[in-house]
Amino acid sequence: MNELQKLVRDYVVREYLEEGDTREIGLDTPLISGGIVDSFSMVSLKRFLEKKCALQIPDAEATPAAFDSVRTIVELVDRLGGKGPVG
Amino acid sequence: MSPVLLEKDQFVHGIWAESARDLEWQPGRPLNIGWQCSDRLCRLGLGEKPALLWEDHQGNARRYTFDDLRVLTDTMAAFLRDEAGLHPGERICLFLDRVPELYFGFLAILKMGGIVQPLFSAFGDDSLWTRLDNAGTAAVITQRKHLGKVRRARERLPELRTVVVVDAGDLALGPGELALDLERRERVERFAGLATDPETPSVLHYTSGTTGQPKGAQHVHLSVLGQALTARRVLDLGPDDVYWCNADPGWVTGTSYGIIGPWANGVTQAVLDAGFQSDRWYAFLEKYRVTVWYSAPTAIRLLMRDGTELARRYDLSALRHLASVGEPLNPEAVIWSREAFGRPFHDTYWQTETGAIVIANLPGMEVKPGSMGKPFPGVTAAVLDARTGEPVTAPGRAGLLALRPDFPSLIRSYWRNPDAFAAKFRNGWYLTGDRASIDADGYFWFVGRDDDVINTGGHLVGPFEIESAMLEHPAVAESAAVAKPDAVNMEVVKAFVVLKPGHAPNDDLELEIMNTLRRRLSPLAMPQEIAFVPSLPKTRSGKIMRRVLRAQEWGEPVGDLSTMMEE
Repeated sequence: MNELQKLVRDYVVREYLEEGDTREIGLDTPLISGGIVDSFSMVSLKRFLEKKCALQIPDAEATPAAFDSVRTIVELVDRLGGKGPVG
Repeated sequence: MSPVLLEKDQFVHGIWAESARDLEWQPGRPLNIGWQCSDRLCRLGLGEKPALLWEDHQGNARRYTFDDLRVLTDTMAAFLRDEAGLHPGERICLFLDRVPELYFGFLAILKMGGIVQPLFSAFGDDSLWTRLDNAGTAAVITQRKHLGKVRRARERLPELRTVVVVDAGDLALGPGELALDLERRERVERFAGLATDPETPSVLHYTSGTTGQPKGAQHVHLSVLGQALTARRVLDLGPDDVYWCNADPGWVTGTSYGIIGPWANGVTQAVLDAGFQSDRWYAFLEKYRVTVWYSAPTAIRLLMRDGTELARRYDLSALRHLASVGEPLNPEAVIWSREAFGRPFHDTYWQTETGAIVIANLPGMEVKPGSMGKPFPGVTAAVLDARTGEPVTAPGRAGLLALRPDFPSLIRSYWRNPDAFAAKFRNGWYLTGDRASIDADGYFWFVGRDDDVINTGGHLVGPFEIESAMLEHPAVAESAAVAKPDAVNMEVVKAFVVLKPGHAPNDDLELEIMNTLRRRLSPLAMPQEIAFVPSLPKTRSGKIMRRVLRAQEWGEPVGDLSTMMEE
């Protein structure tokens, strides 16, 4: 994992994984379909990415498919020209 | 005395009598939902028929027949009574993801005479504690991933004696904690279930209002008459169907129509324990040849975003009836479903308190896109003038949506709060808290809520609970939570926050408050937007005027401001 992938993975583990959930979060672990991040919580994840990567993610791009794994999230950030991680 | 008015004659003649006959029940006889949904069907020779086709996000699948359902619920009921030491009338909470034990536990608790308290497993610490405390819950059935939240809540809940963990494995359990491995446990072939009176409390679902903490809507076993009949007449369920209800049993749709309605009719249901993904949902519909699908506008709008092309890649030819609930179904979604699935979604209307569908677009009825439909036969609905409390007769004029309280599934009270339930009645009508109009053809049209409750993704969220939790944050001096329009969820929570001196608005603080609310309450209650403001509009008596903030968000007139305090 690169630095940004680790940052996203660690944030997901810290904020969204239930404390008794022993699943390992890898690059392709399904986050939305796996029930770890729900569609409402995607908003706080989006805010985190916008802040850490100094970019704006249009609502149309913040889809369950785009947020379904650490890999797809980081691909989205890269595609939108995110600087991350900053600050 | 309960304001709910039922006559014994109702179950001898008329539409509810039809349901009583189908369930082989007569007034004066015991009635138990757990028995109705399992043992009775086995006696009818349906024991080998699939009851539950279950699959999780990893593709693990299990199949249970009605005889499995009977035996596993008997086994679980015996465990709860004999090993966990639980008694009839005690509140037993199900705090589980959509695992099979959730469905078996629901019927098992009813069989042993307990009151089921299903709670959404994404609830955070505060939401969980508030509901367990109010109910005086005696036991919680959970899984290890949620055990931390339950343990923390239990520290402040003296009435909570027992915690049952359904997947404990090698986990070390503490005092009052029991492991239940249902699959490996010796099966109990016959459990003498409690012969409950039809008015015995059955299910306690918590629902939010404008003021105070959520209230426990107290259902009774007689509700099965409404749920079984509407499942057949509105959802069109029949013996050959494979049915999928998307709702989580933490909410009333997930129990009334995700457990009771289909199973009381001996219908096979498919359950997917996974989060939302369009392609995954279509694959599930295709794999299990789902024929009847009960979904929600939020999910339908998410599917719409991915287009009809995706839907057409799957063989969905088994689908023959689609219905929707939770919030008004917009006309575009009805039209889109005709394109994507070749048939419209039929909107249905009801709420936690009504226990079953009360207004609907029935199969075969002309669907007016955007309309709630017409009252279900046996339910009398009206729109009342807010001033006089009398029914409005002019077509198209909006008023308070009200129901005659004479149908079997209406709750009997709010738990430990009969005054709040009595306050829902006016001139012999039950007030839903929604506003609607009726057109010249008798179709009902939803207008909006009559209070400050936020309907987000089909779930009601109370502003008081959010504002109370927000005040616990060290930077927050005052706050107000209101509904903001949203293209997918109809409404989402927006918070207005006044910070304490020494704190400045910034992105870090916004994210921190959002995550705090999500952890303490639930993802649904997390504000999707926070506006930091210098002050909040208030009345001269100091009450926050949420309606002013809400009107600004919706671009509506703010109304009478004569009571507003001047800055």
